[in-house]
Amino acid sequence: MVAAPPAADSIFRRNLASFMGNRLALASAVVVLLFVLMAIFAPLIAPQDPYETDLFRRLQPPAWVEGGEWGYLLGCDALGRDIFSRIIYGARISIFVGLTVIVLATGIGIIAGLASGYLRGWVDIIISRIVDILLGFPYLIFAIGLMAMMGPGLGNIILALAYKEWVIPARVVRGETLAVRELEYVEAARALGASPRHIMLKEILPNILSPVVVVSTIRMANVIILEASLSFLGLGVQPPTASWGSMVSDGRAFILEAWWVSTFPGLAILLLVLAINVASQGLRDAFDPRFHE
Amino acid sequence: MSALLEVRGLRTVFHTRAGEVWAVDGVDVEVRRGECLGIVGESGSGKSVTFASVMGLVRSPGRVAEGQILFEGRDLRALSLREMRAVRGKEIAMTMQDALTALNPALTVGEQIREALEAHDETLPARGQPRRAAIRAKSVEMLGLVGIPSAESRLRQYPHEFSGGMRQRIMIAIALACRPKLLIADEPTTALDVTIQAQVLELITDIRARLGMSVVLITHDLGVVAEHCDRVMVMYAGQVVESGPTAEVIATPRHPYTRGLLASIPRPGLRGQPIRPIEGQVPDLIGMAPQCRFYSRCPVRREACLAPVAMRPAGAGRSARCVLLDEVPA
Amino acid sequence: MKPLLTVEHLSKHYESRRGLVERLTGVPHTVVRAVNDVSLTVAKGEILGLIGESGCGKSTLGRAILRLNEPNAGKVVFDGTDVTALDPLALKNMRRRMQIIFQDPYASLNPRRTVAEIVGLPLKLHGLASGEEARAITARIVERVGLKANQLDRYPHQFSGGQRQRIGIARALVSNPEFIVCDEPVSALDVSIQAQIIALLLELKREMGLTYLFISHDISVIGYLADRVAVMYLGEIVEMGPVDDVLANPRHPYTQSLLSAVPEIEPHGRKPRVRLKGDLPSPLHPPSGCKFHTRCPLAIDICRTLAPVSENVGPGHQAACHRLAEGVSLMSETGA
Repeated sequence: MVAAPPAADSIFRRNLASFMGNRLALASAVVVLLFVLMAIFAPLIAPQDPYETDLFRRLQPPAWVEGGEWGYLLGCDALGRDIFSRIIYGARISIFVGLTVIVLATGIGIIAGLASGYLRGWVDIIISRIVDILLGFPYLIFAIGLMAMMGPGLGNIILALAYKEWVIPARVVRGETLAVRELEYVEAARALGASPRHIMLKEILPNILSPVVVVSTIRMANVIILEASLSFLGLGVQPPTASWGSMVSDGRAFILEAWWVSTFPGLAILLLVLAINVASQGLRDAFDPRFHE
Repeated sequence: MSALLEVRGLRTVFHTRAGEVWAVDGVDVEVRRGECLGIVGESGSGKSVTFASVMGLVRSPGRVAEGQILFEGRDLRALSLREMRAVRGKEIAMTMQDALTALNPALTVGEQIREALEAHDETLPARGQPRRAAIRAKSVEMLGLVGIPSAESRLRQYPHEFSGGMRQRIMIAIALACRPKLLIADEPTTALDVTIQAQVLELITDIRARLGMSVVLITHDLGVVAEHCDRVMVMYAGQVVESGPTAEVIATPRHPYTRGLLASIPRPGLRGQPIRPIEGQVPDLIGMAPQCRFYSRCPVRREACLAPVAMRPAGAGRSARCVLLDEVPA
Repeated sequence: MKPLLTVEHLSKHYESRRGLVERLTGVPHTVVRAVNDVSLTVAKGEILGLIGESGCGKSTLGRAILRLNEPNAGKVVFDGTDVTALDPLALKNMRRRMQIIFQDPYASLNPRRTVAEIVGLPLKLHGLASGEEARAITARIVERVGLKANQLDRYPHQFSGGQRQRIGIARALVSNPEFIVCDEPVSALDVSIQAQIIALLLELKREMGLTYLFISHDISVIGYLADRVAVMYLGEIVEMGPVDDVLANPRHPYTQSLLSAVPEIEPHGRKPRVRLKGDLPSPLHPPSGCKFHTRCPLAIDICRTLAPVSENVGPGHQAACHRLAEGVSLMSETGA
């Protein structure tokens, strides 16, 4: 048989084209990509060893301020470590925590949301109640409590954040599932004898993935802020590992005489979070047909 | 009798990513005073776009490219937006197929009728209590006209509190609030059950006689046209293919598409006999060659059909767009 | 002749959900009797038309027969097997033999699956074929319903409504079923396409020896293709019989008004019009007695209190109306 030309998923292509047409979103996506590359290739990019202390460079100002030097672009912290290099390494923590938490949370959320929305009944009641309870706690206080129980550390930070983060995709998935399960193609699959597992994973999931991806991207910015907050409070990764949140915290004591110690990691958080947010808005506009004119 | 609405050589184009679509391509329409004209066609035939063009309601990426739209001798295409707004609703009114989405869910029925009256009715007292009372009286009268009982209390209700048939009646009431000379009813009964459809169609026919207005009934149902319209225009792929008095067109269709359409309708009397559907599908209008548009599906196509085909007279008051009319004398 | 499908006293009720406040304040359950005590049979090779207006429960009945929604009471017997008593595995196997074609050619196909995946799914689910063999079978049925085998890898949005309906038909037929519920399969289509699909369904029935329950609101379609017809009103069958008989000599006033409302193309075919009062009552609060009495021009006192029982009014022709014995007809009563 002559093979038909591979049918392009033109919906996806149109969405992609629409996203590419949004210049601001595209620029933001490039910024996010740069941060990711920076994190991956940190050892190659960083001009200095981020852990090397040098008391002679204690609170050395940025290069363009008097007393600065170009090898230490953004100045040094209280232990004389290069801030620029530490920001580059800190990106590893932020992005790793953000991605891992989101992947974990989205995975759990999809399973919980599909089960809740498709199976209904007691499964839905139990999952929805858990979601309601978790949503009732303020996020940061919840995470602080967990961290206090489990102790600081990278793995624990991821657990503490994913522990609650999954309820967001779960709610989105449940809502979308409730709408899609009523469509006739789902009923058709049932009429053909398909199992609930097949229906949830093969019929429903592919059709609700776009909003989930969009929401997860938006939430990633949030998770990065939360990680920084926990690190700022000293509940995150432990010194000497560089984390943007703990760097901001370190600079607090010298904010008047050495503003650069806190400001530059703070700006890094701001820039990455802003870029993710703008890019995800663009994604939403492109993938949500309601925003197509 | 002079024509109330006369459309000449109307062409409406939609610019899409894939190319230009001439959704209406050289359509002539004549609506006489007091008559009911049926417009029949399947989806994509251009029947709704034709009258959206008449109303000046074609929006980007669509555009009325050519043609004259004469309403009582005035060319509507030459009017300013402001002047056109004065025509819409007051002189020509239109009802939509889906009454649930065409009515504003956030306003009561009474408020929506009042909006129509306030926009156009100059006979209302200028302001204050007399004006409110006059609007109220007219609103009650309109609901009564379309057969909605206990109109006083129903004016305070919202569209979702009415059934589908009642909503269609309300839309007709709003359309008729300013006594237009022409009512364009776009698929008024497609969403309705057959017993309710019969009620609404009888209502339209009844009001037409009482108010002496003209009605254009856009539908895909030849049966509806047969029972309610004096004349019929059959549209296919953006063009009129046949027009004439309804009974004659149905008894002796002159265009192969009209014939195919009539043969496609399942009838209890034909049980056991094979149905003879029109093969194929409506052609893609993008990049359509200037030929007979029914060519690809026509059982009697010939070489002459590959050239542009114009409407030809086909008997008294009748015309059709088919080269066969030249071969077989009418 | 032994029927292929027997439906006995089938009911499907939906209970409205009550919130906590409503439960505490003792607001009673409201029950929608979407299908209420329906009995019918379909013989092998027959087309039973099921007709009624929106909300009459005809689609719910079709789905309850296939157990796509679970009936609350009653029995469905298919080829000697009680479908309502089957466990999930046995039901899955039964699904190969009982299929459904849907109304909406857009909503009934998964937009993210290719034609080959959609049509081939039953083969995979029931382990009937796989790989090259499954693709060959899929290609054959797709060609049989009038599409091309080189369209197998396309997605639903690349097809027109009529073509999509053909894909839905191919999916229902690929596992060689015996019985198909056709749930308004042509209602969403244009007239010329509708005729193509009707012709296709009739051809396939003949070739594959199928039996149809054909649900429609279009009396012309039912009159053209059905052997027998059942008329539904508010969840109940009010009249059932051979299609010629019911169309020519309708006995229930609802059937009479339904027939008279159909617009006729031929002037000589036009029947005196019977106008029904008002709209369909809300199924949440169905009328007492005969459910049609609120709109029936012939209603008398007994109709408001007592539900009529179905009686024989001719060979294989039943109707449920208190005034049958009197021989009163709506056509004569209104004098139209």
